[in-house]
Amino acid sequence: MAKTFEEINAKIRQGQAVVVTAEEMVELSAEQGVKEAAKRVDVVTTGTFGPMCSSGAFINFGHSEPPIRMSEIYLNDVPASGGIAAVDTYIGATELSRSQGMAYGGAHVIQDLIEGKSVRLEARSPGTDCYPRKKIDTWVSKEDLNQAYLYNPRNAYQNYPAAANTSGKTIYTYMGRLLPECANINYSTSGELSPLLKDPTMRTIGMGTRIFLCGGVGYVAWEGTQYKTIREDLPNGDVYHQGRTVAVMGNLKDMSGDFIRAAVFEGYGVTMYVGIGIPIPVLDEDLAAQLAVSNDHLYTYISDYSAPGHPSLKRVSYAELRSGNAELNGKKVPAAALSSLNKAREIAAALKDWIGSGEFLLQEPIARFPDEQTFKPLMEKEAR
Amino acid sequence: MEKSIKVFLLFPREQVNKPIAYHLVKDYDIVFNILHAEINNTRGELTVELTGSGENLEKGLDFIREQEVEVRLFPQSIIRDENQCIHCGACTGICPTQALSMDTGTWLLGFDPDKCIVCEQCVTACPVSAIDVNIFE
Repeated sequence: MAKTFEEINAKIRQGQAVVVTAEEMVELSAEQGVKEAAKRVDVVTTGTFGPMCSSGAFINFGHSEPPIRMSEIYLNDVPASGGIAAVDTYIGATELSRSQGMAYGGAHVIQDLIEGKSVRLEARSPGTDCYPRKKIDTWVSKEDLNQAYLYNPRNAYQNYPAAANTSGKTIYTYMGRLLPECANINYSTSGELSPLLKDPTMRTIGMGTRIFLCGGVGYVAWEGTQYKTIREDLPNGDVYHQGRTVAVMGNLKDMSGDFIRAAVFEGYGVTMYVGIGIPIPVLDEDLAAQLAVSNDHLYTYISDYSAPGHPSLKRVSYAELRSGNAELNGKKVPAAALSSLNKAREIAAALKDWIGSGEFLLQEPIARFPDEQTFKPLMEKEAR
Repeated sequence: MEKSIKVFLLFPREQVNKPIAYHLVKDYDIVFNILHAEINNTRGELTVELTGSGENLEKGLDFIREQEVEVRLFPQSIIRDENQCIHCGACTGICPTQALSMDTGTWLLGFDPDKCIVCEQCVTACPVSAIDVNIFE
């Protein structure tokens, strides 16, 4: 009894669709079996709220009089790209302020804009016949901007290695502070609530998929950068998936500061917590079985961030990490999440409400992403 | 209500002979516990724990300042900005006493002030700057 996107959307329009969060789906399947859950449930909502460096926003400022072709641009003293058309820019989340360094960056500018604050725009130009002006110094807020949309090239990582440090000194990484001799483990996932762990081969998620993005409606725009497909069949029958990512976009003006947050990782720099929720239609029992997989059957590897290439130390289930401790080298080591499960739940619940109220329809992917793809390293070549 | 605070006192050279402790005990009913003391050619430094009622501690500190002795307060506890906290848990793994921990039901961050030793490890580990130290209430 397979269902189609159209059939499920018809039910959503009528307010008849049965929508549950991925956590509820895990519970329901455990109680009543996958077969019954597949029959009863139409849509499963997922959610994640974690630091995602590969994020940023496209902005169009409109033209001043006389006009300027902005080639050197600063927003609250954070450099933005002057490499596209006259009054377009892209501001990257990890870009650092010239004056405040790691304390303020592109992510903070984006958060300030979302929260309706005024942001100082300074731009310079060599001046051209068509754009004579050489300098501008003004203030903009989101209502002033023609377009302001997030375009995050790599978000919602399917599965990410947990981090530890075997060396003798503390290291400061994008996975947070890692204490010497494996005294702590940091990980980042919402586990059984995480979008790409729940549809691990991305049968229903592809280009055009409508999603929850930072409190507004967004879309999957492309395969995420560094998209790769890694599958490992484990001896106990469980399957480990890793490597898929999505590029997402959405209107910054519709977003909420509750679901996006600029962050600073000490000794590393600025990043941005991004809130994403992806709805997964329960098309058939195979998909329902994936949606029913719980944290004790989802795994990651603990990697040594002090060694080149971050070699894996051990495979661990998310249930073990979630317990607050994981066993490593025969010791119980504190395990802490960098992503917020509480926020991820809020996102999955909000998306469930949107779909339940009939206002949010599912979009079938316009194109699917590769079923097999590897990730190439950068090979350095001799200068010619 | 009785409480204890840790303070660092800086005596300029001219003030090194002042009987501060005597007056704190006698006039303000403060228990004066010296944790560290050092006197050199230019100044005296004293780290002390003061125990007494909130009102007397305030008055005692004012008295010390009137003697032209500089008072620096040690952090009393960490404070968490509930509006900033995103309940990730980054602070919990590095907190040495488990004063910061996640509620595994709600996945909200919990804080037990009795366990906190004010080591301040969490202040810089928090990615959203939601934790600071409270100097004196």
